[in-house]
Amino acid sequence: MKLIEHHPIESKVAGLRTEEMLLNMGPQHPSTHGVLRLVLQISGETVTDVTPVIGYLHRGMEKIFENRTYLQGIRYTNNIDYLSQMINEHAFVGAVEQLLNLDVPRRAEYIRVIVDELQRIASHLVWLGTYLLDLGAFTPINYCFRDRDEILEMFETLGGSRFNVNYMRVGGVLADLPMGFLGRLEKFLHRFIHTVDELEELIGGNEIFEVRTMNVGRMSPELGIAYGISGPCLRASGVNFDIRTFRPYSIYPELGVVPQVEVSGDAFARYQVRMNEMRESVRLIQRAIEGLPGGPVRARMPHLLRPPKGESYYTVESPRGEMGYYLISDGSTNPYRAKVRPPCFVNLQILPELLRGARIGDVVSVLGSIDIILGEVDR
Amino acid sequence: MFDFLSQEPVRVVLALLLTFGFLIGSMLILLYLERKIAAFIQDRHGPHHVGKWGLLQAVADTFKLLLKEDVISANVDRRVFIMAPVVFFSPVIAAFAVLPFSKDLTAINLNVGVIYLMALGSLDVLGLIMAGWSSNNKYSLIGGFRAAAQMISYELPLGLSFVVPVMLAGSLSLVDIVHAQDHYWFVLIQPLALVTMFTAGLAETNRNPFDLPEAESELVAGFMTEYSGLRWAMFFLGEYGNMIVVSSVAATMFFGGWHGWLLPGILWFLAKVYIFLCLFMWIRSTLPRLRADQLMSFGWKVLIPLTLVNLVVTSFVILLLPDAYQLPLGIISWALMLAFVFSFRRVVFPRRVSKSLEFRRTA
Repeated sequence: MKLIEHHPIESKVAGLRTEEMLLNMGPQHPSTHGVLRLVLQISGETVTDVTPVIGYLHRGMEKIFENRTYLQGIRYTNNIDYLSQMINEHAFVGAVEQLLNLDVPRRAEYIRVIVDELQRIASHLVWLGTYLLDLGAFTPINYCFRDRDEILEMFETLGGSRFNVNYMRVGGVLADLPMGFLGRLEKFLHRFIHTVDELEELIGGNEIFEVRTMNVGRMSPELGIAYGISGPCLRASGVNFDIRTFRPYSIYPELGVVPQVEVSGDAFARYQVRMNEMRESVRLIQRAIEGLPGGPVRARMPHLLRPPKGESYYTVESPRGEMGYYLISDGSTNPYRAKVRPPCFVNLQILPELLRGARIGDVVSVLGSIDIILGEVDR
Repeated sequence: MFDFLSQEPVRVVLALLLTFGFLIGSMLILLYLERKIAAFIQDRHGPHHVGKWGLLQAVADTFKLLLKEDVISANVDRRVFIMAPVVFFSPVIAAFAVLPFSKDLTAINLNVGVIYLMALGSLDVLGLIMAGWSSNNKYSLIGGFRAAAQMISYELPLGLSFVVPVMLAGSLSLVDIVHAQDHYWFVLIQPLALVTMFTAGLAETNRNPFDLPEAESELVAGFMTEYSGLRWAMFFLGEYGNMIVVSSVAATMFFGGWHGWLLPGILWFLAKVYIFLCLFMWIRSTLPRLRADQLMSFGWKVLIPLTLVNLVVTSFVILLLPDAYQLPLGIISWALMLAFVFSFRRVVFPRRVSKSLEFRRTA
């Protein structure tokens, strides 16, 4: 497979023949966030072309859904975007509920939104830590993971597992919030809102961070829309597109989501959007806690789900963009066809556009700023 | 009685042995310090399993490196590959020869000590290019050339910063420079030269935020990618040795070397050196990395003009007021440095507000 045309270029210095070099970055590389392979064509330090090669983490997730019952499928959504399990579960159960035309108890919806937003904070924290690690600062990741760990520990009290929680169920959630959960959550939020300020002061005010991110990987809104980008990447380019307000689901309309938008469209804007989203998530959780109603957390359901024939597509706003699950039911216990609309897979396409003409150092900066999860790209 | 110690060859051999012992000993301490300081900054414990408080961690690491398989890839340029760590490491040891550890503990009081140090510093880059070239690996190649560009560029501000204390002391010998600081440390009247020297020193030693040659998130390990085991350890040792040399030079030229009260001179010297080494580690744990072109433009457009201006100003003040240049020079230098530090943000890396006008808000 010939990935990129190889051609010598004219040198400015007479008599010196220089050639472009093909640099194979990944799939085993510290900063390709898993197993992405980038074939870089470089001329000195300048990148002239990039070809992302994906598929190293392909596990056939969509086929796996077809071979599992709907209940068993929830667990596999955790492995698609492995940094936002709760949100994946939400999208999947939402699609099944749409098939069943089911009403979910209000308490369950509130709990779902609380864990969704917690997951968003956790995911953005991982992004922030690893992004700074890509840029060469190896301290912030420890601070980010410290706070993320608190969230994971809270998840453990919910579903028994820190990482792959498997908490959502069709028609509600696994169980009610355990005793003391809300107090712990409020204490965490109270502390965390200061942590965000602290992180922003330490990182955002750093000159080196600014020169590494400002005006790097600029994406115009037209280009973003043309490529189907969604999530913080698109909002950083000044497009007010957030599934939570654009195609409202769950109880988000009642909470009043304020989408975080920046206009400059560079890596720094994407950083700002994510930092502000963490603050917004804290606010949403606090409002959800205030309005948390009583009642059951799960609708009465048959033991074995057999949704009626039909199809459904349910989207949620994942930390990376529009995360959608498309299910076709043939009336049996398993989905006839399942398709995931992964935001990362779509967002990754724009990488060559953003990287042409950039420096080698910018490759990790831009790649990190669009925040891909290879488990979701390859599925 | 035959005075054994006053014989020059004996002194040199003894100094080399002592240097090597000192380097290895410092290496162990620095490894431990680096981990503990990073851990302290990063809100974690650091090593605590091997020995009391993890004190033996550095020893365990050393043994791990010693026992590792020495891998030489099939397609490397074998001779150059094997020689590169040696070429990188030997100038570092040689540099210790002129460092005045205390009044009586200097291997050679070389009358061109500063030039000797500069010359050895330039030799270092050769080892890195050799490693990058011979590894037959694209990451190594890019790392090697980054190292070459960086170290050659930052040699200039380093050298120009050295000239300032040399002018103040009126001698190129490090021992004489320390003697010239009998009454006051040069940092008091030339803080700017210290800042520029230390910044250039960071780049010379390939430490954060200038660690581009081995930028692990971009180039895996840069020129060290293909090295393992003891050969890798030599690069590592060389880097730490370089740090010690830069810190020692900073302590010697600006902080009065062995001068101090009550305690013996060598302890004062080592204390000053270790404060600088801790500064190295603090910076490493704090700052992200610059990009290659930003690094070059910072070196050529900011650091070199700044050191040149400082040099010219200093020489004019000394020329005009040969007897009482200290006070005016101190005032000028502090003012320059404070102006530089406070205008750093605006002048060096102007906060370019992204051009958002061409973008229009949709939806």
